Amino acid sequence: MSSPPTVPLRPLVRSRHREFLVVGSILGLLAVGFPLSNAHGWMDDFTITLWGKYLCYALLAVSVDLLWGYTGLLSLGQALFFSLGGYMFGMYLMLQIGMLGSYAKSGQNPNGLPDFMVFLGHTFLPAFWRPFQSFSFAVSMVFVLPGLLALVFGFLAFRSRIKGVYFSILTQALTYGAALMFFRNDFTMGGNNGFTDFKFILGHSLVEKGSGPATMRGLFVVTAVLLLLVCLGCHWLNGTKFGLVRQAIRDGENRVLFSGYATANYKLFVFVAAAMIAAVGGALFVPQAGIINPDQMTPDKSIEAVIWVAVGGRGTLIGPIIGAIGVNALKSWATHAYPDSWLIILGLISLMVVMFLPGGVVSLPARLAELWRRRRPATAPATGVTKPAPDRA
Amino acid sequence: MSWNSIFRPLLRALVVGIGLLASGRAWAASESPRATIVRAILTTDDTQKRDLIGSLVGQGDEAIREIFTAWREDDLFVYTAPDGTKIPVELTGTKNSAGAQTAVRVDNGESLQDATGHALPLAAAKLTAVGHDARLRLAMKNVVDLLDLGSPLLAKRLRAIQTIGAAQKADKIPVLEARGRVETEPKAKDALRAAIAVIELADPSDDVKLKGLAELRELHPASCYDLIKVARDKAETAAQPAVAKAATAALAAIDQHKAVVNFYGTLFRGLSAGSILLVVALGLAITFGLMGVINMAHGEMITVGAYATYITQHIFGEGMNFTIPFVRLAIHLPGMHLTGWGYQMFFVAAIPAGFLSAALVGVALERSVIRFLYRRPLDSLLATWGVSLILQQLFKLTFGSNNVDVATPVYLSSNWTIYDVTFDWNRVFVIGFAILIVLGVWLALTKTPLGLLIRCVMQNRTMAACMGVRTERVNMLTFGLGSGLAGLAGVFVSQLGTVGPSMGQEYIVDSFMTVVVGGVGSIFGTVVSALGIGLSDQSLQQILLNPVLGKILVLLAIILFLQWRPTGLFAAKSRSLD
Repeated sequence: MSSPPTVPLRPLVRSRHREFLVVGSILGLLAVGFPLSNAHGWMDDFTITLWGKYLCYALLAVSVDLLWGYTGLLSLGQALFFSLGGYMFGMYLMLQIGMLGSYAKSGQNPNGLPDFMVFLGHTFLPAFWRPFQSFSFAVSMVFVLPGLLALVFGFLAFRSRIKGVYFSILTQALTYGAALMFFRNDFTMGGNNGFTDFKFILGHSLVEKGSGPATMRGLFVVTAVLLLLVCLGCHWLNGTKFGLVRQAIRDGENRVLFSGYATANYKLFVFVAAAMIAAVGGALFVPQAGIINPDQMTPDKSIEAVIWVAVGGRGTLIGPIIGAIGVNALKSWATHAYPDSWLIILGLISLMVVMFLPGGVVSLPARLAELWRRRRPATAPATGVTKPAPDRA
Repeated sequence: MSWNSIFRPLLRALVVGIGLLASGRAWAASESPRATIVRAILTTDDTQKRDLIGSLVGQGDEAIREIFTAWREDDLFVYTAPDGTKIPVELTGTKNSAGAQTAVRVDNGESLQDATGHALPLAAAKLTAVGHDARLRLAMKNVVDLLDLGSPLLAKRLRAIQTIGAAQKADKIPVLEARGRVETEPKAKDALRAAIAVIELADPSDDVKLKGLAELRELHPASCYDLIKVARDKAETAAQPAVAKAATAALAAIDQHKAVVNFYGTLFRGLSAGSILLVVALGLAITFGLMGVINMAHGEMITVGAYATYITQHIFGEGMNFTIPFVRLAIHLPGMHLTGWGYQMFFVAAIPAGFLSAALVGVALERSVIRFLYRRPLDSLLATWGVSLILQQLFKLTFGSNNVDVATPVYLSSNWTIYDVTFDWNRVFVIGFAILIVLGVWLALTKTPLGLLIRCVMQNRTMAACMGVRTERVNMLTFGLGSGLAGLAGVFVSQLGTVGPSMGQEYIVDSFMTVVVGGVGSIFGTVVSALGIGLSDQSLQQILLNPVLGKILVLLAIILFLQWRPTGLFAAKSRSLD
């Protein structure tokens, strides 16, 4: 890319620290307020689970922002890492079903295999599934596998200096290939139905009438706290020299390279960290959504997450969270109210944001203020109306 | 596989092809089967009767089966006309009040008429039935069993020959040999020889077996594989090393033939898959490769071309109605109600229609969105993704979310089978057209004034603008050209795959990979990489017997390939820092 992205980045709150304070207090409020009101019956179970999913999407969006907003890497593979994390944790959840599956009930499944395996004619658990009986192993795999994939792929890609749109296309191909793999039945990862029908997590029921909502509340708190921690980490990183180099890579990689920095290593670190954050989001998404399948893994889902960030405001801490929650809330509403038009709405949003509001929603107040400032001197002398210049940046 | 084994079949296929053209397929029979049967009925000599019936072996006339069935069921009678001539007839249908039935003449299959030309029903009780004994019935059964051997349909003949061969009854050899003398179709001739050879395998004598195996080795018919295997196993247990060796050789010949057929089949499929990829990616090579615009809506340009084909087909036929969503504008396209060749030409008309409609959509997209984003490639990716979603949903609302049926014109729906390799015409056509399109694009880019402008704007937009080139207009036309090529691809894809609102998504990842591997900005690179990816995809499918796994491996290979050549196969060399 010859020209660095010249997007005006005007955060809602100018001070870095004030921005984090806003994010932190909102998330803290969510983490405490929502479960409390749910426990008291002021908020129904559906809403808190829905918001739990939004927060998982927010984790995904933060990971996209880390790559795209701060480092200038548009990865179309974040949905892959999100789903991989989900699949790793889903394997644990599948094995927790045990003898409660529908095949086991009718006595056709003496070994307590996941139902889809019985359906495919397996009688024993494949070897690579066995360790996932353990919660701690599954949780460590949520980090290890996506991290490892990101490390290998990122090492290869950054070593040969694949950047800009080529990086996007390559990550898109990676995601596409992985989705094809997970769609296959003989990959023993559930084929196109994926994993569903979960019953327990660490011995707590996910579906029972009394204890189910309590488990969901717990998952919500965990998600909100993790998101808060990730934001804290990002905030800290932004203040370090590492954070500055990273932003410099975004704005002019060659200059950074010629100043003696090994940009590939910086990018690799961010890529792996982002993959792990997305994977955590996916792992928490699975028990709350109750399903994971390869549809979550397509390149389109990755682009959708990028759109959330673009809508909220790239290169800011609060933008991705606003975007992820806002766009998904809109989606929940629109797919009910106008099922035929949702894709058109989403398409228009992405088009409009990119063309007219590259800074996202968080840049809106600053832009409006600027328009206001420009207008006043123009109208006062009444010598000629200067139109606000169209955004061609 | 040696080169010899690859080229020999080619040569042979050529010879066979020429032979096919030269030989007619009809053979003249001296006497019609019906006349023979009449003679057999009327003769009193039993031996002559059997001989006459026996002479019908190898004939393919379906009437023989019908008459013989009637004969065995005692429905044949001899009617003596007033002038004394004896006419064999078959009595069919329900009896009337006088006990008479419709009489059908055996000699011509028409109903019997009296002197005034009226139908003459006859009562069975007043006629002499045509008799038959056990040996005669056996002779007739022989004829009926081998009837399909003389069928005018080649497929039926081949099936009959194979069935007779697989039964391995030595008494059928003379029949097959007799048939071999009149058969003109080379394929059926080979099948006859193979059938005889297979029957010879069941012969107790080793010499006959060896003769059969030698023949099979030369003919290498895949259908006889199992029988030869059985013969080899028998020979091994019976300790007949010569026979076992010959059988192994025959099996090896079949295996080799199979390998050759698979090789050419895979080569052809790979070339045609590569050509599709090429046609699809060529548009992208211009918009992405030359202009540097990431157009995620490229797949939807393909869809536009495919739907243009669909609409053209309906205009040539009965016309169609559809409603443009949101504005609720109902459109009625009147049909031309063409039939026959006029209707078949719809595909020819669809080629420019697909190009123009996609080019128009592309120009509109460039003017409204992309021209603002030339300096922000990542943002153009997001914006065009949005456009792609909108277009997909519009297609869905206009044409329905199900796939639509696009007819295949007759001149694309057949195939050539040369040396057991099937060449579908639509795939041959795609290969040919890919060559034409590449040539056309190359000429347009290198030999026309517009091509010169395109190349100079793409090399340095600012400098070109300084020299007075109207870069905005060139951008628009270039993008239109790229989109139009995608539309052309859509016209072809409509003949090879499904046409639906999301069809473009199937091609988008592959075509981006093709352009990246070929080297951005190089049309020639795109050609090479499209053919390379198509061929490796098809060969991996052939080897792994699993299309998805093959595709995954190709993607993996591409990622690794870019490690070796990050800028693709034929990247433009430049000292400028990107």
